[in-house]
Amino acid sequence: MTISTAPIPVSTDAEAPEAPARRNRFWAWVIFIMTAVYFLIPLGATFWWSLRAEADKLGFEAYRRLFEDANFWPSFTESVVNAVAAIFLSLLIIVPTAYWVTLRLPRLRPVVEFITLLPFVIPAVVLVFGLIRLYGRPPLLLTATYDSSRVLLICAYAALSFPYMFRSVDNGLRAMDVRSLTEAAQSLGAGWPTILRRVIFPNLRVALLSGALLTFAIVIGELTIALFMAQQTFGPYMANLTRSKVYEPSAMAVVAFALTWAAMGTIALITRPGKRG
Amino acid sequence: MSGFLSLHGIRKEFNGVVAVDTFDLDVEPGEFVSFLGPSGCGKTTTLRMVAGFEQPTAGTIRLAGKDVTYAKANERNIGMVFQSYALFPNMTVAENIAFGLRVRKEEGSARSDRVSELLDLIHLPDKAKSYPNELSGGQQQRVALARALAIRPQLLLLDEPLSALDAKIRDDLRAEIRRIQRQLNITTIYVTHDQEEALALSDRVVVMSKGRMEQVGEPFEIYNNPATGFVASFVGQLNRLPVTVEDPALGRIRMGRNELRTTSMIEAPTGAGVSLMMRPEEITLDDAEENVLEGIVETVTFLGSIVRVQVGVEGSKVIADLFNERLLELPEAGDSTRISFPPHACWVMA
Amino acid sequence: MLPFFLFSGMFLIAPAIILAYRSLEGPDGTLTLDNYRALTTDTVIAAYSMSVRISLTTAVIGGLVGFFLAWAVSMGGLPRPFRSGLTTFSGVASNFAGVPLAAAFIFTLGRIGVLTALFQLIGVDLYGGGFTIYSYWGLSLVYLFFQIPLMVLVMLPALDGLKQDWREAAENLGATPGQYWRRVALPVLLPSILGTMILLFGNAFGAHATAYALTGGLLPLATLLIGQQISGDVLNNPGLGYAVAMGMVFIMGLSIVLYSILQRRSERWLG
Repeated sequence: MTISTAPIPVSTDAEAPEAPARRNRFWAWVIFIMTAVYFLIPLGATFWWSLRAEADKLGFEAYRRLFEDANFWPSFTESVVNAVAAIFLSLLIIVPTAYWVTLRLPRLRPVVEFITLLPFVIPAVVLVFGLIRLYGRPPLLLTATYDSSRVLLICAYAALSFPYMFRSVDNGLRAMDVRSLTEAAQSLGAGWPTILRRVIFPNLRVALLSGALLTFAIVIGELTIALFMAQQTFGPYMANLTRSKVYEPSAMAVVAFALTWAAMGTIALITRPGKRG
Repeated sequence: MSGFLSLHGIRKEFNGVVAVDTFDLDVEPGEFVSFLGPSGCGKTTTLRMVAGFEQPTAGTIRLAGKDVTYAKANERNIGMVFQSYALFPNMTVAENIAFGLRVRKEEGSARSDRVSELLDLIHLPDKAKSYPNELSGGQQQRVALARALAIRPQLLLLDEPLSALDAKIRDDLRAEIRRIQRQLNITTIYVTHDQEEALALSDRVVVMSKGRMEQVGEPFEIYNNPATGFVASFVGQLNRLPVTVEDPALGRIRMGRNELRTTSMIEAPTGAGVSLMMRPEEITLDDAEENVLEGIVETVTFLGSIVRVQVGVEGSKVIADLFNERLLELPEAGDSTRISFPPHACWVMA
Repeated sequence: MLPFFLFSGMFLIAPAIILAYRSLEGPDGTLTLDNYRALTTDTVIAAYSMSVRISLTTAVIGGLVGFFLAWAVSMGGLPRPFRSGLTTFSGVASNFAGVPLAAAFIFTLGRIGVLTALFQLIGVDLYGGGFTIYSYWGLSLVYLFFQIPLMVLVMLPALDGLKQDWREAAENLGATPGQYWRRVALPVLLPSILGTMILLFGNAFGAHATAYALTGGLLPLATLLIGQQISGDVLNNPGLGYAVAMGMVFIMGLSIVLYSILQRRSERWLG
């Protein structure tokens, strides 16, 4: 055993093998660039179209026409209102359910999980089929007027959001160890309303917000259910526009993409590790 | 300088940060060497360089006379056991053990013979068809050991193999590892932050701190003659009393109004302020002829085979570990007491 | 809890049950399996087989491309920001279905599409060559826009679950990188890959809005057929419409169950 202090030069017997990593990186770049091309071309082409509404020059004429279209803002605001209503309805139902399933009735968890997965099993077109057959005739006639249909639509959207909302809230509850927090609050003398308002909700803010934004992104341009319930919301409006106009649909698609991006980007931002609450 | 495994001038930097510096070690065939140190001391990095997962920035690694510094990990024929077991979850125990033989294209019957041989060695012959997630942590680690040994490695590396296990299983498996290592007489390097493991298992221990070797020696030597303050405090419990040197030649020192004496060498001049070190188990609460200090008992902690008594002596804290005999009279907090230690059991450090 | 069960009962379960009940009802109101026997009608078979073909195609291609893309950004040595960028983009693109997606592809590969025009410039006449975006391959190309990102979103955490220790253990035991992938990494990932492909299958199978916006009713698809049956009895047999809907529920349910089983196994290995 010797302890030497003299620096010993790097051995020249063999070279460090770096080749596999470099080959991997080559293929990674190939895959990435090819898929990037696939994803960017439709977006780029649409954007390019949206700039060509005026002959011989690029400009934002298509966007101006879109925003000035008589039906754009009414259908858009109607969809926003529907989305917000559906989100609140969904939160009101899912948050207490997820809380109770975590805390008091874990036995019911499989059942609740199964039900929240139903929107994946029942496609939107089948769901609206069933809703119309169920509520389209007495005694539960809900499709008679536009407004009652609208209520039905909002309820359907809330149900559609269950998988996302439940998963989001459930993950949030798990991350904060709801049982210990609740027991700690109880031992300090807090009642149920205080626990929910002061302990659970503040800690769930990120989960609730991301669930809400995801629901918003899905519901805002929803076509199928609104179409068959004859609702004049954003989805049917966009579908109509695509069929009837030349340049405005491209501007519409760009706006819709930006909206989705804003919603998902916000989720990515608020759920980034280390930036909770 | 030659050994079966020899590390010479090993240095490793990660983005300019030095993780291991001037590491030199020769390991004899069949020797069991532990790398001991706190996390981040470079012990695992050194092990990974031996395994081939990292390349040294400088230095050479020779194994059985061959320079393997930059050899590929899959061509070194070194067995390794990981802290996380790293068993392949999609394979049974037998398939895990056979993996190294399979990728070596070893023939089927020879392979299954070797697998059952190893299952016997680790005392798990009836678990051949189990999947890793059906085994306990201790069983999984034994399978990992068998998998590493199956390829008849020239060298066995163990990276904190017991850290993820419960205390009781840890002791059993520790004995098991030593038994198997002796039986196969395989050269072994063992990385751990647990001094008890290192002392119990090894022929030699390398104590590391901040990327450097602090001391290399047999366990007894490391414990009783620590070369540096770091080794002294990291390996085992240690008491440290502020004293002044009175007479270096005679080993006389003073703490307040108490005259003390050590038989070990004092390198500091008269009047210098130094530390007097001693192990807790060498302190007694009996009266003795010399090296007696008066103090007040502060806490008494019952640890099973040992009773740990903390005594305040002139503003310093001294820990005494008393062996738990049935007739032991336990002091109580607040009692005044005398502690003593033999002159050969204490030494001076700057 | 009660509001949850009541609400799901009213807006998820009851609609499904009424369809199931009607599908078992003959024209005279008696219980019968006739409607399910009638599923072998040419129109229905055509719609189902097209739906299955498109779903299979996009599940397999989307699954493979998505897997390799996830691999590229997580272990392929690409710069780090690519990964978070792709994650966010995948979140967007996997939810960017429906009318805007259809519109984007019409502007790209439709008759007046930018890419169609570019191809014409270099002398390739796509539509003359028999291609149309309103076809099996065309719709598949559109669906991949949300299928690939969905695969990426599920595969990224699965790839993260591959322990570095497994690779090193394999290497240490003498395996080449190829042997490690063949014998350890791929078998461990397989349940997750297959499960997610099944999820992609269901995702494409139940998609209605994108196909509707793109083709109106040109392409025979199960979802489009149900849509037409809602507006008017195109099958000339109301009972058959219910059976078609229940057939979809059955296939979707099957794919979700298979997905959950495979995902559970995968979590046990990669968790």
